[in-house]
Amino acid sequence: MVSNRAETLQRYSLAALSHLALIAAWQFFVVYHEVPRFVMPTPRATIEALLIPNYRWLENIWVTSVEIFGGYLLAVFVGILTALLFSWFRTFELVAMPLLVSLNMIPKVALGPLIIVWFKYGIGPNIMMAFAICFFPIVLTTARGLREVEPDLLDLVRALKGSRWQIFAKIQLPNALPYIFSGMKVAAILAVAGAIVGEFLGSDRGLGYLMLQVQVTLDTPAMFMAVILITLIGVVLYGIVLALENLLVVRDARIR
Amino acid sequence: MGEPFIRLDGVRKTYRTRGEEFLAISEASFDVEAGELVSLVGPSGCGKTTLLKILAGLHPHDSGTVMIGTPSEPFNPARDIGMVFQQPLLLKWRRIIDNVLLPAEILGLPPAESRARARDLLALVGLGGAEDKYPYELSGGMQQRAAIARALIHDPKLILMDEPFGALDALTREKMNLELLRIWAQAKKTIIFVTHGITEAVFLGTRVIVLTAGPARMADHFPVALPHPRTLDMKTHERFGEYARRIYRLLGME
Ligand SMILES: Nc1ncnc2c1ncn2[C@@H]1O[C@H](COP(=O)(O)OP(=O)(O)OP(=O)(O)O)[C@@H](O)[C@H]1O
Ligand SMILES: [Mg+2]
Repeated sequence: MVSNRAETLQRYSLAALSHLALIAAWQFFVVYHEVPRFVMPTPRATIEALLIPNYRWLENIWVTSVEIFGGYLLAVFVGILTALLFSWFRTFELVAMPLLVSLNMIPKVALGPLIIVWFKYGIGPNIMMAFAICFFPIVLTTARGLREVEPDLLDLVRALKGSRWQIFAKIQLPNALPYIFSGMKVAAILAVAGAIVGEFLGSDRGLGYLMLQVQVTLDTPAMFMAVILITLIGVVLYGIVLALENLLVVRDARIR
Repeated sequence: MGEPFIRLDGVRKTYRTRGEEFLAISEASFDVEAGELVSLVGPSGCGKTTLLKILAGLHPHDSGTVMIGTPSEPFNPARDIGMVFQQPLLLKWRRIIDNVLLPAEILGLPPAESRARARDLLALVGLGGAEDKYPYELSGGMQQRAAIARALIHDPKLILMDEPFGALDALTREKMNLELLRIWAQAKKTIIFVTHGITEAVFLGTRVIVLTAGPARMADHFPVALPHPRTLDMKTHERFGEYARRIYRLLGME
């Protein structure tokens, strides 16, 4: 265990190091090439953008986070439920799955103007956008995981007259967890993109909205800061998903 | 002897897939006494697994009768079946003891007592001390022992084994044969043991049932008059060889 802890420490330090190196390279590039501030600010100027109270950073961070997390959680919940219904009602899958595939082909961004016509501006439509863009991968991976159970194992439970719910809770769901998490990781990235696209298309709050505002005044440091904050929200979401995965999925310790 | 524990009479089974009918079992009739360990041998694809599934109540059959249980040994189809397959099929996210407990959970048996029983069974199959390991930490043979313990946890009267040692190496397989005989003697269960191994069939069985190349019909059945407990040197007995040759002949391999 001691060596394990040392290994973890080493891994985190290396990760921190590569991030710091990137920031250093950024600083060097701007200073060395004398890049104008409105094209690319230094890291320091970027951080200083936080000091401008007009930009209401905290509120905008909060709004964007609600959109990302809201759309994401909704997609996880509805996605797993849909996949469960697929596995329980074969006909439903045969009817709904091809439809889902077609609907998923619609570029979600193209729906933006329509969504604004239907729902006006606001957090709600942006949650819908994040949801729409990350729902499908979750359904797909979950459905696959629920399906891929050894038939003999199902026979073992059925011979004891186990219920459909028991099969789901004791075998299908835990068996599907690794699949679900792989879908959830892809979806986490998409959810961030979805919420920001929603804000670009029409909104009155949020980090994406702020970016459009400061674009007009050419406040590039604030734009940089907004991108960094959006990224950080995504990193937090991704980190939570990874931590949950580590907690819930029993892995063969020999595979690393 | 009294009534047999299992009575199959004229069982017939066709599979229907994509409009096509496929006759898997044409006529299976045999009896099994309570407490017997019957070896079921037959060429690949002849319908052995199908037969086990019919006995387990997983597949309906088309005609004939399947009767299990006697007044003195009643059979409850919802909880008196234990199954072991060629693969251990342990749940990889559960510790060994929790894997063994799966049937008890399905049947809603009292958890504390079941857990104690699971420990005893793991000791019986030679896995004492491995309770808290995960399946990947065990060898194939050890996993199969755990699968046997799982088949025993709810104290079923009938254990159906479908080539349980088919995936093991020859040495482990011999060892598991001896183990199975020991477990069978202690647990006093009726076991139906499907195998491709002719030596294995003779060595384990109180009786051998040989099926024809599909669709399954009974080609022959005979009691194995070798004393219990069986020992490895019995494999060199003349009588053992006669039994084996009898099976080879029926399978058209002589
Ligand atoms: N669900 C099914 N649908 C259609 N045909 C099936 C099904 N299950 C088995 N069969 C067919 O029935 C026949 C008997 O199959 P079964 O699995 O019972 O054979 P087996 O004796 O167990 O073979 P093996 O020794 O290879 O395991 C085979 O020809 C197989 O293709
Ligand atoms: Mg088979």
